[in-house]
Amino acid sequence: MTPDIPPALLADQFTLRRRPPSEKLVDLGFRQLTLCLASVVALLLLGIFFTVLHGSEEAFHNFGLRFLTTSSWDPVNEQYGALVAIYGTLVSSLLALVIAVPLGLGTAIFITEDLIPLSLREAIGLMVELLAAIPSVVLGLWAIFVMEPAIRPVLDLLNQLLGWTPFFNTVPQGPGMAPAILILVVMVLPIITAISRDALNQVPPELRQGAYGVGTTRWGAIFSVILPSAVSAITGGVMLALGRAMGETMAVTMIIGNSLNFNLSLLSPGNTIASMLANQFGEADGIQVSALMYAALILMVLTFAVNVFAQWIVRRLSLRY
Amino acid sequence: MSTPSYLNLSSDQLFDRRPLTRDPSLRRNRINQLFTLIAGIFASIAVLPLFLVLVYVLIQGGKLISLGLFTQLPPAPGLTGGGIGNAIVGTILVSAIASLLAIPVGVGGGIYLCEYANRGWFAQFIRFGNDVLAGVPSIICGVFVYGAIVATRVFFDQSYSAAAGGIALAVLMLPTVIKTTDEGLKLVPQELRWGAYGIGASKFVTIMRVTLPAAFTPIATGIVLAIARAAGETAPLIFTALFSSFWPEGVFNPIASMSVLIFNFAIMPYEAQNSLAWAASFVLVMMILAANLLARWLSRIARS
Repeated sequence: MTPDIPPALLADQFTLRRRPPSEKLVDLGFRQLTLCLASVVALLLLGIFFTVLHGSEEAFHNFGLRFLTTSSWDPVNEQYGALVAIYGTLVSSLLALVIAVPLGLGTAIFITEDLIPLSLREAIGLMVELLAAIPSVVLGLWAIFVMEPAIRPVLDLLNQLLGWTPFFNTVPQGPGMAPAILILVVMVLPIITAISRDALNQVPPELRQGAYGVGTTRWGAIFSVILPSAVSAITGGVMLALGRAMGETMAVTMIIGNSLNFNLSLLSPGNTIASMLANQFGEADGIQVSALMYAALILMVLTFAVNVFAQWIVRRLSLRY
Repeated sequence: MSTPSYLNLSSDQLFDRRPLTRDPSLRRNRINQLFTLIAGIFASIAVLPLFLVLVYVLIQGGKLISLGLFTQLPPAPGLTGGGIGNAIVGTILVSAIASLLAIPVGVGGGIYLCEYANRGWFAQFIRFGNDVLAGVPSIICGVFVYGAIVATRVFFDQSYSAAAGGIALAVLMLPTVIKTTDEGLKLVPQELRWGAYGIGASKFVTIMRVTLPAAFTPIATGIVLAIARAAGETAPLIFTALFSSFWPEGVFNPIASMSVLIFNFAIMPYEAQNSLAWAASFVLVMMILAANLLARWLSRIARS
């Protein structure tokens, strides 16, 4: 039975609170403010795109698409072509991935399986993550003074054994494409390892148990069940690493030799779009700035395509459990 | 009903009675061990670079650590001695400018994405744009800030400046801050928000007093990592903040930073400069590793 309370008393105790206009105003204002802040992302993207596009206009009018296929970079006669840099960007990043993908994937498998104690696995994972935190300029310094002298004998050997191919027919003399590729491997390895590790950890344990149940070995399960079910995220991670490798600047600039001449040999100095920008942008003027902006535009389009493809592939290939 | 013929067979005829123990000499088991060995070797190769880089930075850089390193200016080419005091101050100043710009914008944008427009087309578009912005090479950020700020001389007719460098780093930090804020707020249980609304709080008060404090640790972790990454970036600074051999002269003048100092001094043919580059690497790596361990510690206290 409800006690009999007079309605007048009830109204005294429980009042409906109306939202004061000031509170509504604060709410609305905060919403609009955060909307503006979120839009900064879109404005920045547009700003970056149009700044670079506008800057490259002059070079585009002068050189057109010839810019992509000619290799002369001649500030004296004002003739510019980015073939050396485009070739260097693609070759260095793709070869770096060829080395880094097996290494990263192997590491990821090693630290997600129960082969060694958990604390040791976590320690390896932590070290790979900390490797990603080392600034690229420090890796470049290390590459100049430690890595390049250390691998020179190996490169010499490659030159002696495979010197008959156009890819190894120059004598290694310090900076060059090969050390740049190796330092890129060091830089993309943590990305590939981290993303593959997350992907492998997300494979439902039932799949593995099922595979073991029908009598397969550990690596049978890894190759035919676990890797296929994690392939979308791993591929996405590899594409992200490719984008990072193409745009990587400092370590590559310091060790690639920044040659403006085209050379197929991996042991000779080369160039990438990013290292060309880092080297010349500060001192360039006139149409050289525009040519560099044009090269920057190409790099931007390349990395944009790779990144969008990475996101698409993750969405397209992802299996749902 | 006729009995199926296999019921007449004995169990030995039906099942393969191989022993259940694992025979290491089988081909499949040997292949298994081979792959385990390969994975182990790959993992050791992956750890090797960090180990070698740290050892060399500690040995080569640690040699020069002294009070003078932090209080003196770098020497002129050919001379010896000197320090990297201006570069340390410069790195701190430029990173501070970047943080002041990127943290409010990033946290605000993240709040909008998660709290106001969670599933709308605009939020999806901004999230996509944020991923694209995170993938823009850092050197392109430098080119952008050069074209938009340095070449146009918008700041009191100054070209290269600490402010321009800070803006370039802020562009790099922004995607990380937005992403961690968005993800951090998503982890806050919906019941907390309902509880706040239930006792009459407005949306603004709910976000400020309930949701944001509940997501403090993941957001703080992301921000610490973003600052650590920005402090080590070089590419966006070489033609925005440029370099200076002197103490910082305000935010609208060129400024030294440790990362640009390492780049400039590493490729100089002088030994004094080369060893200062190692010393700067030591200071920079120590700062960044400390920030990373701080971030790790933050996320650990959040879990317990």
